[in-house]
Amino acid sequence: MKTHHPPLTAPLLTVLLAALSVWTGCSKPAAAPSDAATLLNVSYDPTRELYADLNAAFARQWEAKTGTKPTIKQSHGGSGKQARAVIDGLDADVVTLALAYDIDMLHDKAQLLPADWQSRLPEHSAPYTSTIVFVVRKGNPQGIHDWEDLVRPGVSVITPNPKTSGGARWNYLAAWGHALRKSGGDEAQARQYITALFKNVPVLDSGARGATTTFAERELGDVLLAWENEAYLLTQEVGPERFEIITPSDSILAEPPVAIVDKNVDRKGTRALAEAYLRFLYTEEGQEIAAKHHYRPRSAQAAQKAGKSLAPVKLFTLEEVAGGWKQAQKQHFEDGGTFDQLYVPQAQ
Amino acid sequence: MQPTARRRVLPGFGLTLGLSWFYLGLIVLIPLSALFLKTFSLTWEQFWATVASPRVLAAYRLSFGAAFFAALVNTVFGLLVAWVLVRYRFPGRALVDALVDLPFALPTAVAGLTLTTLYSHNGWYGRYLEAWGIKVAFTPLGVGVALTFIGLPFVVRTVQPVLEELDADVEEAAATLGASPWRTFTHVLLPAVFPALLSGFTLAFARAIGEYGSVVFISGNMPLKTEIAPLLIITRLEQYDYAGATAIAGVMLLVSFALLLVVNLLQRWSHRRLEARPE
Repeated sequence: MKTHHPPLTAPLLTVLLAALSVWTGCSKPAAAPSDAATLLNVSYDPTRELYADLNAAFARQWEAKTGTKPTIKQSHGGSGKQARAVIDGLDADVVTLALAYDIDMLHDKAQLLPADWQSRLPEHSAPYTSTIVFVVRKGNPQGIHDWEDLVRPGVSVITPNPKTSGGARWNYLAAWGHALRKSGGDEAQARQYITALFKNVPVLDSGARGATTTFAERELGDVLLAWENEAYLLTQEVGPERFEIITPSDSILAEPPVAIVDKNVDRKGTRALAEAYLRFLYTEEGQEIAAKHHYRPRSAQAAQKAGKSLAPVKLFTLEEVAGGWKQAQKQHFEDGGTFDQLYVPQAQ
Repeated sequence: MQPTARRRVLPGFGLTLGLSWFYLGLIVLIPLSALFLKTFSLTWEQFWATVASPRVLAAYRLSFGAAFFAALVNTVFGLLVAWVLVRYRFPGRALVDALVDLPFALPTAVAGLTLTTLYSHNGWYGRYLEAWGIKVAFTPLGVGVALTFIGLPFVVRTVQPVLEELDADVEEAAATLGASPWRTFTHVLLPAVFPALLSGFTLAFARAIGEYGSVVFISGNMPLKTEIAPLLIITRLEQYDYAGATAIAGVMLLVSFALLLVVNLLQRWSHRRLEARPE
């Protein structure tokens, strides 16, 4: 230190240098050898409990086979938000999201996986499915049994905002699909139905859990549109004495897909583990766990064994009623799409 | 404010100024310029169609309007709370002092859920307000309530130290010279705390403009009525429309910056007036 420097310079510079070294130190990719036995599964909100069980079961199986105990880390959030985090560099080995569109974007925006990712695993990469059902107050005071009852005047429907929630997009497409099929494919009638439906929606929560809170805690609305697995969670957790589940005559086959993020697994050397992990979801054991958590497994055997009798419902696919996610997103949910056209004017 | 090289507490004006710029650049300017760069991928028409659509304009009005309203309420009540905390000794004072900071510490989503529970039609407050015909949850008023909640600490914490500095004998002198309490307040107290009050107002206002977490639960998110601007940014992101999202955000930033600049200049000016007053 030169003497003519005032005494404060030294600590200032030290702090700055320390900060810089910490900062640059953090940004170095640390590739530890144990990484090959660590997976990060970036998932969406309602799968928290499901993957807690699946991960434990898979870890047991993998350890029995290879002798190393894998560590599987989970991350949960809104499906779109999670996809954006992966695009921005969250190091996911596998993604298990609410809709294929979000995984498509991993290819379109960052080339993290190939465009045909969905054909790499059985059942278009959706090992478990679900559908959209209604939750009503105990005793069903409004007498709601099917889609037509939702558009009656005076019935109040709770569903989140399709612009911000992946789950809400399934709700919307289920309603759209029902109206479209009922009218023999007449889009004008489907538009009328959606208009009438959203006239009965008093608030638009930004996410599915928010909508559930609005319905259950604030006691707003007569009927909540929800994923079947969420509906069962709600009736079980908050109590069957307050709510009941109504399964409509037909609804959409919701397929939450799973995929390996190629770019990340190849860099980290975790491909084998990641592939085994996703394959495990299709095994009888994986299927039974999915059934236990109120998802509809692909294996009929597992469904039976879990002793879950999910109500029979005629399921139509997204492809039948909207021609795939990219088209659905463009036609219905982008700014100025069908949802905006039908919903915004009535808010005025 | 002329920096002088003679009066220095910290070493070397050049060094400290350079460090300040470096730090601000690293933490604020570079991330923000990245944001504007994203916006430039839009053509002028696209940019204009995005930020001048009726829905976005309505959201800007609500975000800035409700933030302004909330900051005003906080200025009045924050001054009151600070005054009570500084001038009186009462049992439970430490508790009140700690309570003031609570909105800082609480995750905003928790705040939003709690407020919505209180103000919705079956909540503790909402029940009675509804009977009087006042709806709070899922209305613009609800947005104002949430923004008031998160902005409360700012005014209290900026005014408090100034009041502590202020000797009571100034007020006593004013009283002995025959000033009414009101006059003492407007001529002695207010000028002294005004710059701090303005700072607190600015902080509360700026914080409220960008608030998202606590508002989305209580606003109901109805297009043209209770959608806040940050929500529209999120909807853009959900469509992977990064440029559109940054366009909406960029306009918010520019407006906020302009407003903050005006307030800062106002503060300078009131400071100078205060300094220039004949002793």
